[in-house]
Amino acid sequence: MTEKFTTLKGRAAPLMRANIDTDALCPSRFLTRINETGKDGFGGFLFGDWRYEKDEKTPKPDFVLNRPQFKDAKILLARDNFGCGSSREHAVWGLKGYGIRCVIAPSFGEIFFNNCFKNLVLPLVLSEAQVEAIAAQLEPDGGEVTVDLEAQTVTAPDGTQFQFEIDPARKEKLLKGLDDIGITLERRDEIKAWQDADRAKRPWIYLASA
Amino acid sequence: MDQPRTLFQKIWDDHEIHDFGNGYSLLHVDRNIMHDLLGALVFEPLDKRGIKVPNPEFHFATQDHGIETTAGRTDETKIAGGKAGVQGLRRKCKEYGLTMFDLGDERQGIVHVFTPEQGIALPGSTLICGDSHTSTIGGLGVLAWGVGLTEIEHVLATQTIVAQKPKTMRITFEGKTAPGVTAKDMILYTIGQLGAKAGNGYVVEFAGEAIRALPVEGRLTLCNMSIEMAARYGMVAADETTFAYLQGKPYAPKGDVWDKAVAYWRTLPTDEGATFDREETIDATKITPMVTWGTSPQDAIGVGGRIPDPDQAETPERKAYIERALLYSGLKPNDAIDGTPIDVAFIGSCTNARISDLRAAAKVLKGRKVAAGVEAWCVPGSGLVKRDAEAEGLDKIFKEAGFEWREPGCSMCVSLGGDGFKKPGARSISTTNRNFENRQGVGVRTHLASPEMVAAAAVTGKITDVRKLTS
Ligand code: SF4
Repeated sequence: MTEKFTTLKGRAAPLMRANIDTDALCPSRFLTRINETGKDGFGGFLFGDWRYEKDEKTPKPDFVLNRPQFKDAKILLARDNFGCGSSREHAVWGLKGYGIRCVIAPSFGEIFFNNCFKNLVLPLVLSEAQVEAIAAQLEPDGGEVTVDLEAQTVTAPDGTQFQFEIDPARKEKLLKGLDDIGITLERRDEIKAWQDADRAKRPWIYLASA
Repeated sequence: MDQPRTLFQKIWDDHEIHDFGNGYSLLHVDRNIMHDLLGALVFEPLDKRGIKVPNPEFHFATQDHGIETTAGRTDETKIAGGKAGVQGLRRKCKEYGLTMFDLGDERQGIVHVFTPEQGIALPGSTLICGDSHTSTIGGLGVLAWGVGLTEIEHVLATQTIVAQKPKTMRITFEGKTAPGVTAKDMILYTIGQLGAKAGNGYVVEFAGEAIRALPVEGRLTLCNMSIEMAARYGMVAADETTFAYLQGKPYAPKGDVWDKAVAYWRTLPTDEGATFDREETIDATKITPMVTWGTSPQDAIGVGGRIPDPDQAETPERKAYIERALLYSGLKPNDAIDGTPIDVAFIGSCTNARISDLRAAAKVLKGRKVAAGVEAWCVPGSGLVKRDAEAEGLDKIFKEAGFEWREPGCSMCVSLGGDGFKKPGARSISTTNRNFENRQGVGVRTHLASPEMVAAAAVTGKITDVRKLTS
């Protein structure tokens, strides 16, 4: 079951707007569909309002992911503050369900940024100039971008390489596809001991024994 | 002598089980608050592993996000998948022995409304919830933040969370606010000044005279919107006002334990000499009733202000930003915001649907009528807020003015529960926290403001300086 993130090579789509919020990534009215589709089947709702006409079926031809050269992109490029807004993880499930495993932008909304790692999607920070440079190469004909997580490089369609920064712990988790709950459960005794000490200090927190 | 520490640092230290040494720690989570959007899905890892929730008493759930707010409601939602969420969460809470304030229970309500109301959130504790406005609870001196479903799964299974230590910011309000200025105005003004990204990576502590003067419910409103400046956590140190608010609440400690708790809580405020990574000051005397003009909470101006002009923008990005926002909001550069006609007035949400908010709005509405053609809603934040409001006769004031008086829930804060305004693309003035595109329904243009300002707009049919009606 462990999926990893090592290298990713694929079509990249430039959605060059700033402040793309989680409401745009997953319009509110689709949130509860997760109870029907599960996490993996959620890609159909990604950018619901931007991708489809009001009937929620007919693709809007101008939207980047509906243009033939960007369809089924694995990498998305955007401007500042991508994923700002709510804590809804649906925004990440939508991207991942669609097949987008990496978003490249100059900055990200914090909760979205965290949620990406938990779902093995890479939010990759490059400078504004670098993002613009790659995006410019993708118009008008599209192109492939390669992300090498181990080497921390992004390769643009013309072969230019950019180095990116990533927190080492997060990098390792992505590379190994680690399961957070499993790791923490190994500390069960430590947690229990901590609670026993804490109970003496803050008994009001422990409602069952109060 | 110990190093002086901030309020945040003290809570962090008292919850750190393990320091991974790379900026991340394993923290104990004292309270986890769940809602219907999580459904049964959030229990999947527990189901798969066949493990129990280690501390069931630390978890509370309600139905608020996707449900309807009409009288006589059931589990049915107009939104696809909503009912499965409501029933899935209920089934799982029962199975795992977790407390739920379900539909029909008067404690049911918006997560961030019932949590303080029940005394579930206590100063110096850690609390998470799958909604970004969990920062609200920081108003009680709690380290509270919004998380995603995967993190909630982790908390259910381990009672802990792997958290990255944020940087610290203190925003000090200097001077007193003018009469008629609310906590909502204070936070909208602050976001307008500092910008929607200012708090990214920070825990924000609000301090200063004007903050101390705020009642707890105002502090909750303030912290509610810290996420709108990208700060995941907002905090106000607990003080006598906080203790008085909490005493006697159902889940607050009693007797000796209460005294012990208060003694501990008194040790938590930021020490003299503690340093923050960033300090900002806000001149509280400059704040007037606020309202937003665009599609981000940072697009906030005083009600006496004018719509920005893209041609006057300092940078091309700012120009494009204003143009895009105005295209959606349908406003004209340089127009006064005061006098903008509205179609909808909405009072509700975890920002402003507590009893003090309803009282403030009712004061404006009393003896007045909602303007012709305006659709006006009041959605109390919880069953208890509704009950208390009805006991005071506030429901009558709202109804006589022409407001709909509804059942508690998130309602048109997020437009999930099948609720919807009648007019397509309506212009709404709303006590909620987000004026993003389509947040209140497709094409709906939202102006954020305080309950008083929403009430004033409801009766005049246009955005109006509430002080004209009350003074
Ligand atoms: S009222 Fe709005 S912001 Fe508050 S919990 Fe509900 S959906 Fe979230």
